[in-house]
Amino acid sequence: MEPSETVADVLEMQSVVMQFGGVTAVDELSLHVGKGEIIALIGPNGAGKTTAFNCITGIYQPTSGAVLFEGRNLRGLSPDVITRLGIARTFQNIRLFNNLSVFDNVLIAMHLRAKDNVFSATLRLNRKEEARMRAETELLLREQDLFGLKDEIASSLPYGLQRRLEIARALATRPSLLLLDEPAAGMNPQETQELTDFIVRIRDQYHLTIFMIEHHMDLVMQISERIYVLNFGKMIAHGTPEDIQNNPEVIEAYLGVTEDA
Amino acid sequence: MDQSFHAMGERRRNIVLSLCLAGLLLACCGYLQANKYEYNYAISIIERSLIYAVVAVSMNLVNGFTGLFSLGQAGFMAIGAYVTAILTIPTANRPSVYYISGIHPWIENLHAPALLALILGGLAAAACAALIGIPVLRLKSDYLAIATLGFAEIIRALIAAPMMDRITNGSYGLKSIPGFSSIFQVLALAACSIGLMVLLINSSYGRMFKAIREDEIAAEAMGINLFRTKELSFVISSFFAGISGGMLAMFMRSIDSKTFQVSLTYDILLIVVIGGIGSVTGSVLGAFLVTAGREILRFFDEPFFLGGVQVPLFRPGFRMVIFSLLLMIVVLFYSKGLMGTNEFSWNSICRFFGRKERKKQEGRVPHDGAK
Amino acid sequence: MSLTTFLQQCLTGISLGGAYALIAIGYTMVYGILRLINFAHGDIFMMAGYFMIFAMASFPWFIALPVVLLITTFLGVGIERVAYKPLRSAPRMSVMISAIGVSYLLQNLATYLFTALPKAYPEIPVLKRIFLIGGLSASFVTFFTPVLTVFLVYILIMLIQHTRIGMAMRAVSRDYETASLMGIDINRTISITFAIGSLLAAVGSILYFTDRMTVFPFSGSLPGLKCFVAAVFGGIGSIPGAVVGGFVLGLGETALVAAGYSTFSDAFTFVLLIVILLVRPTGLFGEKITNKV
Repeated sequence: MEPSETVADVLEMQSVVMQFGGVTAVDELSLHVGKGEIIALIGPNGAGKTTAFNCITGIYQPTSGAVLFEGRNLRGLSPDVITRLGIARTFQNIRLFNNLSVFDNVLIAMHLRAKDNVFSATLRLNRKEEARMRAETELLLREQDLFGLKDEIASSLPYGLQRRLEIARALATRPSLLLLDEPAAGMNPQETQELTDFIVRIRDQYHLTIFMIEHHMDLVMQISERIYVLNFGKMIAHGTPEDIQNNPEVIEAYLGVTEDA
Repeated sequence: MDQSFHAMGERRRNIVLSLCLAGLLLACCGYLQANKYEYNYAISIIERSLIYAVVAVSMNLVNGFTGLFSLGQAGFMAIGAYVTAILTIPTANRPSVYYISGIHPWIENLHAPALLALILGGLAAAACAALIGIPVLRLKSDYLAIATLGFAEIIRALIAAPMMDRITNGSYGLKSIPGFSSIFQVLALAACSIGLMVLLINSSYGRMFKAIREDEIAAEAMGINLFRTKELSFVISSFFAGISGGMLAMFMRSIDSKTFQVSLTYDILLIVVIGGIGSVTGSVLGAFLVTAGREILRFFDEPFFLGGVQVPLFRPGFRMVIFSLLLMIVVLFYSKGLMGTNEFSWNSICRFFGRKERKKQEGRVPHDGAK
Repeated sequence: MSLTTFLQQCLTGISLGGAYALIAIGYTMVYGILRLINFAHGDIFMMAGYFMIFAMASFPWFIALPVVLLITTFLGVGIERVAYKPLRSAPRMSVMISAIGVSYLLQNLATYLFTALPKAYPEIPVLKRIFLIGGLSASFVTFFTPVLTVFLVYILIMLIQHTRIGMAMRAVSRDYETASLMGIDINRTISITFAIGSLLAAVGSILYFTDRMTVFPFSGSLPGLKCFVAAVFGGIGSIPGAVVGGFVLGLGETALVAAGYSTFSDAFTFVLLIVILLVRPTGLFGEKITNKV
């Protein structure tokens, strides 16, 4: 692939600052994600990675700075509007609709593009729309190998499948940018390898751009085109996997300074 | 192939069973209606249960399916009841109803047929709900409970306020409200209202309500506008609470502000909790159980003699103590209520009996073997 | 309106506000720790009123007073143990329904035991003594209420800032799970919170009912709702906020009654709630709470 400067940026963060009271969780973060890229955001716990995601998806409004999505400033937009624009996400501690079936979990996300209103939906005048949503849900579940589980209650699935379902649900909103918050958390090496292939596959299949937070270095180094490293809210490094692996500052951030040895 | 054939057979069986049940119920009601002087009491219990079922399902829509805690049912019912009453009291009777302070010229000749009046009552309740919802549902819905409870009290205070005398007849209440002519009217109204709510709950909007109940943040991340969807659920719920209030007015024939005290909301909450928060059939079942229970347990309020000695506990008010204890026991020990979040279905009934049947057979086999 | 009447009304308002403030503290502390609107709090306050009637019938006031405070405290803690503690891990709505159940039970129990008719509240001689200052005449309780409120709040704030249990309370209200991991006895902390809340409600009840002179089974429900609004107004979780909210409410209500709009004095509370939610949802002194994702 060509260097990222030549592709149009899907996402751009310009000196984003997020403060809570006196604490600066994200400090002057600037980054860009090009179309079709897989970019990783790494850093020790508490570095402000999830906060950065929350700034992108509208859960937090940045204290200063701007987030641009396909050139459009996201300031002031609420999370549902941002999802409608084409950014989908998963959550660090899986947030499924626990008591609903696998099928319904995905079906709910399909409603985003439905053309109906509460009257037509109640009086079943939207049969066509409903049938379309159900067909699309079925297709998506089949593509993700989840169709056999469609009637299971979401919370009853094993952990790995819950992660897969959460990603499937995010895909149902037809995003162009997918944010994954620690997709491999709690997975064993084999599952992580499967996930690695899976991420590349969905990127190609759905023409996605992927921006992910991840701790599993194997996964990150294998598939990311570029990596941003965050520590104490500040970006300390940026580059290709090789650059990052050899960056002394990154190694220090991860291994800790020897002051308390 | 075989499976789908089986499912079709099941569906046919379910339709047949449902029709049989509906026919049976209609026949029962027909019988009661035909002998209405004899079964006056039973009819009034059934009518009240049906009305409570409507408001219980409406409360469940917002509390059980959308996960918001609203306690304004009595207030919305009061609005529906007063609108219905004001619009339906025959113009000829109005001077005698408003004989103390007179009637306001605006409403003197305002008259509407009962069905229209009920719908207008529901719309008025819905409009009030929309207004309360704007500030409260935009924020943490924690305060919804207090805001709605407070609203219900304000409505009551306004109805009884002296400046409203010429509209609501103040604390004297409204009388000569035309009632229902037969139990079938109540049945039809209740069935329509509950049916519409069930359709809503099972529609794409109902799914969004449930998504919000399950996880607000995830729902928002799926493109659901939290405020608009919550407001929708709350407004629709209040609309049907208003309708049931209007029905209650027609059922009671005379109303005043005391009819709609907070304890009415608590009664409905009891019904919802007993039936199962998140189950429509549970709420309907609960409405019948609680309403009938109230009548049956009336003896708690009367002096009770056991072998010529008066048992000291039995005196007025004891029944309500029992009822509140019951609510506590259900909340603490049977938090799922009768139905949990399940709905009545023939399949589950058949499965239940099927299991019993199988158990019986299984029980027999080793016994035979021992022989 | 003459200056004397104005001052007289202010005094009434401040006195009512003091009683509200004491009740509002109970709401704000419990909400701060359990995120629970304790619907039964107003009814604990009502029960304290009845306890006083019976205590005064058998003891002189200086014995009756501590007895009532003690029994009310036990009632509050007992309710927490029986009705809220088993639901620690249940959905929040279940706990709120349980709270409503307790409220309903206490009201019905009071109706059953003491009938629905208002009962005369006993006069505590010291509190009822009439004072004249300048042109103002008021009973001792009117002057005493705000002073006592401020004094008790001062003690409470000292307790929360400077003692171990106060620290535990702050920790639990900040982060429930972390606090329990840190070895804080959550149940004990919650019990003490309820004890303090109920104790203050009992004090508030004595001050309030001495002015009102009657108690009936529903006399706790509306003041209860109002005091919750006072707590929201001041910023839920903040004790000074609850006090300020209580006084604002007391003064506002008295002003409306004085202006002849007594029908709307109750409605005023809820208008206040709506306005504060629109203008400053976190209340006067509330901290901005950010959702953890």
